[in-house]
Amino acid sequence: MSSSAKSPPPGIGMSRRGFLKSMSVSAVATTLTTTVATGAATLATATRTAAHDDAPPQLIQGLTPLTLTVNGNDHTVLAEPRWTLLHVLRECLGITSPKPGCERGECGSCTVLVDGVARYACLMLALEAQGKSIETVEGLMHGEALGPVQQAFLEEDALQCGYCTPGQIMAAEALLRHQPDPTLEEIRVGMSGNLCRCGAYRHILTAVAAAAIKKKS
Amino acid sequence: MFEDFAYARPESVAQAAQLLQDETAHALAGGSDLLGCLRERIFPVKTIVSLSSLKELRGIARTAEGGLSLGALTTLAEVAGSTEVQTLYPGLAQAAAEVASPQLRNQGTLGGNLCQKTRCWYYRGDFDCLRKGGASCLAVHGENHLHCIFGGDACYMVHPSDTAPMLQALQATVWVAGPAGDRSLPLEQLFMPPAQDPTRETTLQPGELVTHIHLPPPMAGQQTSYRKVRARRSWDFALAGVALAVIIEDEIVTSCRMVLSGAAPFPWQATQAEALLTGAALTRERVRAAASAAMQGAEPLTHNAYKIELFKGIIQEELARLVRE
Repeated sequence: MSSSAKSPPPGIGMSRRGFLKSMSVSAVATTLTTTVATGAATLATATRTAAHDDAPPQLIQGLTPLTLTVNGNDHTVLAEPRWTLLHVLRECLGITSPKPGCERGECGSCTVLVDGVARYACLMLALEAQGKSIETVEGLMHGEALGPVQQAFLEEDALQCGYCTPGQIMAAEALLRHQPDPTLEEIRVGMSGNLCRCGAYRHILTAVAAAAIKKKS
Repeated sequence: MFEDFAYARPESVAQAAQLLQDETAHALAGGSDLLGCLRERIFPVKTIVSLSSLKELRGIARTAEGGLSLGALTTLAEVAGSTEVQTLYPGLAQAAAEVASPQLRNQGTLGGNLCQKTRCWYYRGDFDCLRKGGASCLAVHGENHLHCIFGGDACYMVHPSDTAPMLQALQATVWVAGPAGDRSLPLEQLFMPPAQDPTRETTLQPGELVTHIHLPPPMAGQQTSYRKVRARRSWDFALAGVALAVIIEDEIVTSCRMVLSGAAPFPWQATQAEALLTGAALTRERVRAAASAAMQGAEPLTHNAYKIELFKGIIQEELARLVRE
């Protein structure tokens, strides 16, 4: 397969996923305007007040405005303290590449990069991600072209059902940024936080090795 | 979805301590343990106190004495990857690198690793066990393959930490901040034996939080190592593990600390083995005797007697490796 990705012809109309995304974004926008108007305390106000004396900072409860930087873009949403980063990415922002799997930090299908390192988005409160740089598979695209890790997964047939793949790709991306030239053992360790129930592990390891070469070229 | 809770992000340790005085307030460091507990609704959480603004609790610094001060919010990946830790206490870098998966090491903190709750499946599951205020420990007559062989009393959990046994072998001191100010304690006093209180994992008082872990400068010639055996190689908690800090001079062991993981509800110091090794040469016979001494007095439950042989094996292998090096 050629490594130059074929872009779909432009202007064919909205894809199913694009349609769903636009719906969820507009739903968020609606909530945002109504609830902000009711005067929910912002995180910034809460911490600023507290910094002046040693009284504990204001407690945040219920919906609160939250700005997340995802793939270089700032998104402001209303989020509850109990919402995970995974929940906000998928349900508020329509960024659906991080997948809910075990939702207990075991399977890795929700792996995203937080300030450049791989993390489980299911085990991170969205409020804790404020001010950090979040990256998902969507951010690895060059326009409509696949990034080198994605391309390597495609070429090496490193998936069957594909559900774990976005998490696998982000784990591989994090690994290769820190170890551009990993040994097979380093790849094994770097990918050890991601399960594939189809058992595509052999191809995944091959794909990560191939991606290392692609990233350098 | 978690039960509703309030969230606060204090700007100072004093503010955090104040908020944490409430029994239903819980400190959030990396969150890998706490969020798991929230999902399973193991204990009531009304307030989450995020420590993420407390930058002074992050990072690794040299102490005036030549040891290291490790901030409680330093991630396990940072501990494992620190050149200073790797140089001064290689066993601690090993132990941190053996915790969980890359993602969890990027998230989990050293302080959190010490203060985490047990992974006992009765505690984590929908069971009314003693630790959660129930009548008795369900592991005693239940599925106890992963439970303790030492130190059990009413509750038979094992402490899940890999770094704690290594830090104890290194004679670490824990610094704690609280409403009454700062205090320090030897690491082994951080853990609450179930014989004293089976419902608490640490001896921290309401409002207290771990701020730093101090390590004394390594003694001349000190060798350190951590060996961990788990059911699944890629990542899992320890079935059995051994942390060693040993000095060998002219083939004679002049100092030995051996602390086991996966053995007890707290890091288990194998004092009988330490005594047998100190002052002796590491001959094959002595190593074997030390491994047996480490397991002397073990009280296995119905399904975990295998741990005794497992411990003996890894203790012998690790001591033999020290001789080779």
